[in-house]
Order: sequence, then C-alpha cells, then structure tokens
Amino acid sequence: MTLETDILAHLRAEQGQADGAEHGINAEEWERLTSRLGRAPNLVELGVYSVMWSEHCSYKSSRRHLSKFPTKNEHVIQGPGENAGVIDIGDGQAAIFKMESHNHPSYIEPYQGAATGVGGILRDVFTMGARPIALVNALRFGDPSHPKTRSLVAGVVAGIGGYGNCVGVPTVAGETQFDKGYNGNILVNAMAVGLADQDKIFYARGATPGNPIFYVGSKTGRDGIHGATMASAEFSEGDEEKRPTVQVGDPFTEKLLIEACLELMATDAIQAIQDMGAAGLTSSSVEMADKGGVGIEMDLDKVPQREEDMTAYEIMLSESQERMLMVLRPGKEDVAKAIFAKYDLDAEVIGMTTDTGHMVLKQFGEVVCDIPVAPLAEDAPNYDRPWVEPKPRKPLDSASIPEPEDYGEVLLKLMSSPDMASKRWIWEQYDRHVMGDTIDSSQSMGDAAIVRIHGTNKALAICSDCNPHYVAADPYEGGKATVAEAYRNLSAVGARPIAITDNLNFGNPERPEVMGQIVRAIEGMAEGCRALDFPVVSGNVSLYNETDGVGIPPTPVVGGVGLIEDVSKIATLKGAQPGDALILIGETKGHLGASLYAREILGLEGDALGPPPPVDLETEKRNANFVRSLIEQGLVNAVHDVSDGGIACAVAEMALGSDLAVVLDADELWPYSEKRLPFSQILFEESAGRTLVSTPRSNVPIIGKSARDKGVALSCMTSVADVNPSIGEVSEKGEGSKFGYEDITIVSEDIAVSLRLPLARLREAHEGWLPQYMSSVA
Amino acid sequence: MKSAVIVFPGSNCDRDAAVALQAVTGQSPAMVWHKEAGLPDGLDLVVVPGGFSYGDYLRCGAMAGNSPIIGALKAHAERGGYVLGICNGFQILCETGLLPGALMRNASLHFVCKPQDLKPESANTAFTSAYDGREAVSIPIAHHDGNYFADEATLDTLEGEGRVAFRYLGNPNGSARDIAGILSENDRVLGMMPHPERAMGDHEGGSDGRGVFESLVGAI
Repeated sequence: MTLETDILAHLRAEQGQADGAEHGINAEEWERLTSRLGRAPNLVELGVYSVMWSEHCSYKSSRRHLSKFPTKNEHVIQGPGENAGVIDIGDGQAAIFKMESHNHPSYIEPYQGAATGVGGILRDVFTMGARPIALVNALRFGDPSHPKTRSLVAGVVAGIGGYGNCVGVPTVAGETQFDKGYNGNILVNAMAVGLADQDKIFYARGATPGNPIFYVGSKTGRDGIHGATMASAEFSEGDEEKRPTVQVGDPFTEKLLIEACLELMATDAIQAIQDMGAAGLTSSSVEMADKGGVGIEMDLDKVPQREEDMTAYEIMLSESQERMLMVLRPGKEDVAKAIFAKYDLDAEVIGMTTDTGHMVLKQFGEVVCDIPVAPLAEDAPNYDRPWVEPKPRKPLDSASIPEPEDYGEVLLKLMSSPDMASKRWIWEQYDRHVMGDTIDSSQSMGDAAIVRIHGTNKALAICSDCNPHYVAADPYEGGKATVAEAYRNLSAVGARPIAITDNLNFGNPERPEVMGQIVRAIEGMAEGCRALDFPVVSGNVSLYNETDGVGIPPTPVVGGVGLIEDVSKIATLKGAQPGDALILIGETKGHLGASLYAREILGLEGDALGPPPPVDLETEKRNANFVRSLIEQGLVNAVHDVSDGGIACAVAEMALGSDLAVVLDADELWPYSEKRLPFSQILFEESAGRTLVSTPRSNVPIIGKSARDKGVALSCMTSVADVNPSIGEVSEKGEGSKFGYEDITIVSEDIAVSLRLPLARLREAHEGWLPQYMSSVA
Repeated sequence: MKSAVIVFPGSNCDRDAAVALQAVTGQSPAMVWHKEAGLPDGLDLVVVPGGFSYGDYLRCGAMAGNSPIIGALKAHAERGGYVLGICNGFQILCETGLLPGALMRNASLHFVCKPQDLKPESANTAFTSAYDGREAVSIPIAHHDGNYFADEATLDTLEGEGRVAFRYLGNPNGSARDIAGILSENDRVLGMMPHPERAMGDHEGGSDGRGVFESLVGAI
C-alpha cells in the first residue's frame, strides 16, 4: 500500500518549467502547454505532452513545408496522415506502403535498432489491413575507415535480416552508401509494402464513444522509454549511455501479431486501429482519440505488464515492441480474444472511448492524468524556423580536369568503390524469396525489385533512391533528381510509377543552413512529384541527425512504387544477349559536378565538387515513358538506368549482370552537334534522364523511328537511317581466344584501345570489396 | 494426392508450400495448426514447412518438435506415409527423431539466401525421380542453421544405404559431406535445407524445385 501511495504521489506531483525542460519542452512550449491546460501538468501529463510534442511525433519543424508535397493522383486512396499511404492497383486491390527511419537507435545499438525499425514499419502497414509483401532498406554508414563503421554495418545488417527473415517478408530492394558525413549518425531507413483489398482497409480514424479499447500483442516493459524524445535531439559524446532507450525486437511475436490481426480484420470487429510505435500507448491512443473526435479513459492496471511496479508514466511512455491498440465494435471482445488466444498473444480491454474529449488515465483506481486530447495533437507547436537559401556552387572548370592515363583502371576503381561495389555480402543475408512472388530482387545494381501480386499476372515494382551528394550540392535540384531517379528506375523495369513514400533525413533544423536544405529539398522534390504525377502518400522526417554540431549530408530518401500490368513484360539489367546493340536514351552533356568520378578519381570534396546535373522533368518523363513502351512492346532484352559513374558504370553493371563482355564504340558517344568533350567527361559524367537498353540489332530501326516520332534523344544516333546507330555491341563471352571477347572494351578512332578491362577482373574487384572489408581486422 | 501442411507459430513458408502443392497436384492441401492433435484421414503426404517455428528460440525446431501435432506426424510416418520437411521443417524432423543428425549454425555464422546448385544423388526415390539424368539442379537456400551434422557412423550409414538425397555443389554452410537433404530408412521421409517450393517457375528462384513435387505425384 505504501508503494502504491508513493507511486501515486510521484505521478501526481505538480511539475515546473525546469521539469519541462528535462523533457525537451522549451520555454515557449511550456507557456503554450500551461495556458492550454490552465494549470501546471503532473508528471504523467508532462510525459504525454513531451512525446506528443516531440519533433518525432509532431513534425513541428517540417509540417508547414511538408504541405508543399502533392499528395493526390487518380490512384491515391489515402495520402499522408494515416499509418501508411494507400494506392489503387486495380481489381479491387490496394498497395499500402511507407518508409521510416530508425537512425538514432541503430547508431546506439545497431542490431536492435535496425531490427525494431523493420518491425515498426511492418506494423504501420499491417495495421491498415495489408499483408506485408516486401521490405526495402536504405542504409548510410560513415567512412569505411572510421573505427565504428564495420561493426555498425555488421550489426545493422544482422538486425534487418534477423527480423525480416524470421517474420517471413522478403527483403527485395535497398541501397547502401558510405560517407564520412555519416560517421556520427548512420541512417537506417526501412520501407514496407503491403497488399490489401480496397474494401478491407483499416484506419486510425473512425472511433466512436462508448466502445472498448483493446490492447494486443506483447506485454509492456520498461524498454524504449522516451525513444521519441531521443530521436528528436542531437547526439553528443557518451550517448551510448542512452542504450536503455533502445527497444528490443521479437520478430516471432510480430509474425503472430500479423497473422492474428489479419484474421481479426477478416471479421467486422475493428472500428479503429493504431500500432504502438514511437511514444507507444500514448501516441496510439491519442491518435485514435483525436482522429475519431472522442475521449478515452484507460485503466493502466489492466495493461499487460512484463515488469513489476511499473508506474503510469512508464506504461504510457514505454516503446515495447509488437503491440497494437484497437477500438472494437460493441460486443466483439470475445471474437477478438479468441483469435489472439489461438496465437498465445496477450489481449485485454484496457478502457473505453468516451464523449468527454479528454484523455483520462487511472492507476490503482486513482486518476493520474486528465487532459484534453485535441491540444496534444492539433495544438502541437508548428514552427516556421528561420532558414537561409543554400549557396550555389561554382561549376567545375572542365578545362582544368586532367584526363586519366588508363580508363580501364578508372572503371575498375569506380566499380569497386564503397558506394558502387557489390552489396552481395549484405543482401545474401536477407531472405529475398519467401512468399514465392519475387520475380527479381534488385539489391545488386538493379533498378527496382519486381514482386508479383500474389495469385495474379500483375506485379509491383519497388525501389529506393537518394543521391545525397546531389542534394548537398544543390538541395532543390538534388530533391528533383531524387524523385526523378525513382521514376526512371521504376520505368526501367517496365512499371508505371504511381506514388512515393519519403524519408527525410537531415541535421539540426534549428540551424538556418540545415533548415534551408530541408525547405529547398522539399520544394525540389515537390516540383518533381508534380511534374511526374508521382505524389507522396506517406513518409517520415528524421531531424537532429547531428553529432557535436556536425550534421549529416542532407538525405531525403524516396521509396517508389509502380505497377506492372503484365508480369511477362518486364526488363532487368540481366537479360542482354550476345550480338545485341546497346542504345543510350537521353543526352550526354558532360556533367561531372557532384559525380562519383569527381569524388573518387578527382578526389574533390565539399563545395569543390560543384553542382549536380540539372534535371529537366519533361525530358525525364518523356524518356521514361519511352523506355517503358519499349519494354511493353518486347523490343529490349535488358535495361539499366544511368546514374552514379555514368555510362561506363551502367554498361559495366549490365555486362556483369548479363555475364557478357561489351565493345563500345566511343566515337558514337560524342554528343552530336556539340564540341567534342574529353573522354572522361563522356564516359563517367552523370547527366540526368538517361537509360541504357540492349536490343536485338533487328529492332534498332524501329526503336530509332519511334524515338524520332516521340522527340526522344538517342544521343548516339546521327540519323535513324544510319546503318550502325548503336553505341556498342554486346559480345558473346567466347572461349577466351578472340580479342576483346572477355573484356569490356572501348574503341575510338582517336585512341586505339582506350579501355580494355577483363570482365573477370572487374567482377572480382566489384564483388570483392565489401567481403574483404568486413572480414578485415580494424 | 491428398496432402497436408503443418503450420507452427512462426512458420512462414506454409503458404508457399501450399501454392506449390496446388500448382503441381491441382489439389489444395489441408492446413493443420500445430495445436491439433490429429491429421486428416487418408493423407499421402505431410509437408513440414520452412520458417522460424517458435522464433528459433531455444534451438531451431526444438519446440516445434514437441508440438501436439507431432504425435500424429510420427504415426503418419510409421504407417509409411510420405513426409517432406523443408528448411525449418528439416530441422524439426531431426528434432523429432524421424531423421538422424542435427543442423547447426552455418560455418560462416551468417544467414545465407542464394540460388544453390545441388546434385540429386539418386533418381530412384519418390522425391527425386523427376531429376533422372540431371547432374545438377538449382534450388534456392535461405537459412542460418543449415550446417548438417551427424557422427561418422551415421554419415557412413546414410551414404551406404543411399539415403543422401541431395548434395551441395559448393558447400554454402559447412554441412558434413556436402549433405543438403537426407531420407529416412524407408525412403518415405525427406528433409532438405533448399526450398523447392521457391523454384516453381516465374520466380527469381528458377523452376528446378518442381521436380520434387512432380516426383511425389508420380510416386503416389
């Protein structure tokens, strides 16, 4: 009894502004809080406010800018604001998807941080009634030479695999990059895609008063308390001590939770549902109450608890994983309990919705929290943080760029650089095939994964993209480029791009230059989304990715989803055939600014890297549509988008993927009607809007004519009537005797043999870097 | 062919197995929850599917091997019924004693998912007859604990009795004598780490897995 009395006294003690500050509530917010409440909060109430008003939950620094994103097109069923975005994919079905970060926890405890990131994003998707069918992860680590990088890679990869493999959802796409800008703040962004029937989609909205609040899943423990607040602050040295705020994942329970929830969703028992993610029981209950316009009353003694003597404060702020909260329709408690009993999961009615508009919490029979719901969500701070226009960079002085002596060595170095090297060591640790619908997983160099819509002849294409070097160089153009690349990648496998989810990773928004990156990147992305009819349907913002005052490179990651109507009409980079002609769609303009070549070969850094290639969105759209039409007509054998490392790397990747050598005629690569550029500024430059296709020679005339009709530039062609308009020829991998047949060879009138690189040597370097790095001792 | 797929908590290839059976036999298998005490009457084949039964907690397959349904599975096997254990199913069959040996953590200590070349050791079994004349087939693997272990005498017995069904070509996990799949004494129970149900065509896994199911249709 004494203990209960002590706990209650502790919970109900009036809090002052200093207590608020300890909870991350600044002076202005404290003023707002106390004036809305008309009194000072007690400890539980302060805890609830602090998480609901954290950056992580309230988007208080980014909200006004996020509204610039287009969020609708004819396919969008649900845009931002729910657990995940929903798009119409025909035949009464919907794809439901979202990307979310778990950056801060993954740096502190890489295995559990990454694992629970996967678990959390899966819950966002199946909460809405979807069966998860694909996982994607976008990872950014520090410089490979940084002492922490190797163990972070190992931990994050093991965590993603450990969770995703066990839960039985294939990990089909992803990207991994390294840069010293992430030394103190790695990025772990996970995306999940699910499939649902349009008439069986569940929302957080819709709760009415007088219905039972139903808690299901794992018991509540003390793990993850204040995780959302941690994710809303900078790191400083010694933050490993924050480890107890990282949650522990249990994919086995998640698997049971998926099956139990989907089974319950097949009945009509659920009125509203919300997963317990960041800020756990607090955020899930407030979200449902706010969206339904109802009050809630919960008896926290009924919450299943894993540990003894937990206080209301701890129960409300715990981020224990694998939990869901629902509002049931009246009289459905028994149906629901029976289903969860089958899976041996906890399931309890812990309260009721009310018509008071208040959140009332009780512990030991006493009220420990009584606050109005609306201010928690709707009156959350919405800052217009000061920002400065990012400084434009001076273009590279192309005249002063030295030409390399050996182009083969350059290609070898680029293809084995940390960003370009094969990530096989990573993706072979992920189950890519479970569920039996993976047509193509795209981890190694591919443009987008292709996952069949179960039981149909249709498929979803899924990709994740961001080039932070472009965004750092010019946030607006970089933002456009990110969206454009996703559009191009989905088109390159034959899909019609439909919508994106985004994960905006930036530094401290209270610094005007970082805020400038955020604002301009969002505006650039929004411009790309508008022009390409490629709206944002869900997303996540991760700010304060900063350690001791040093922020990450701006990294707005885009997860794209497209639809393939006929799964027999697809392309990947693996299908090139001996004797094929290679055609480059799009124009080569000599942009080395912010390129892989400028970083890896020229050794440039920071502003010296220059601006990124500009993106012309109309051209981008025209070219992507053209590529898609070629795939639909079955005119091409292989397709690959041209991005990092330019044509040379795109050709090399196609050669490796198809296991065929290539002879390129460099003289066909010169941009016609322009002055001749140095060789490096053709081969490795990164002009936007380009795609490489491999096609039987007999198709070249028809492709040329079609391009001319549609105003699409084939930069290699002087005329469609040209008897030899291709830029190269895919050669058969021979018996090793004939010149060039096992090499990637580039020939030119100017330079007899400019580049000659044995495919086997390229493969060894490309495949070798990551396993060697991971197995070497620090 | 009348078949059933056992579903444990944490099984995640149960649907894939059912889809494969349906595709090859034209009949849907019965899906049997692990808490059931019995299997449907008249079954020809029981599939113990892949996944992470009980989260692989304690030891892969150990808890599933003590589920209520296991009694009925053993009875089915004793009657001479066919049993196919895939991946976690193989681990479970070893735990139940229906197959000898054990599957330890991969030698690399990493989970590995990739297409895997296999050598069907004999086409004279109910599970492999469709591979007659094939020196190598490619069937994907995806496991963390596929490193087959048994004592030397047991391995000699397995080899001597022709009970090694598949061998790895390029050992991915450290398995003794490159063993990827083994048969019971009566050749009616097969446990294998590779996933034939993921190689049914129109999939990254290829189509070589069909042979296992087609062989069974032929035998039954």
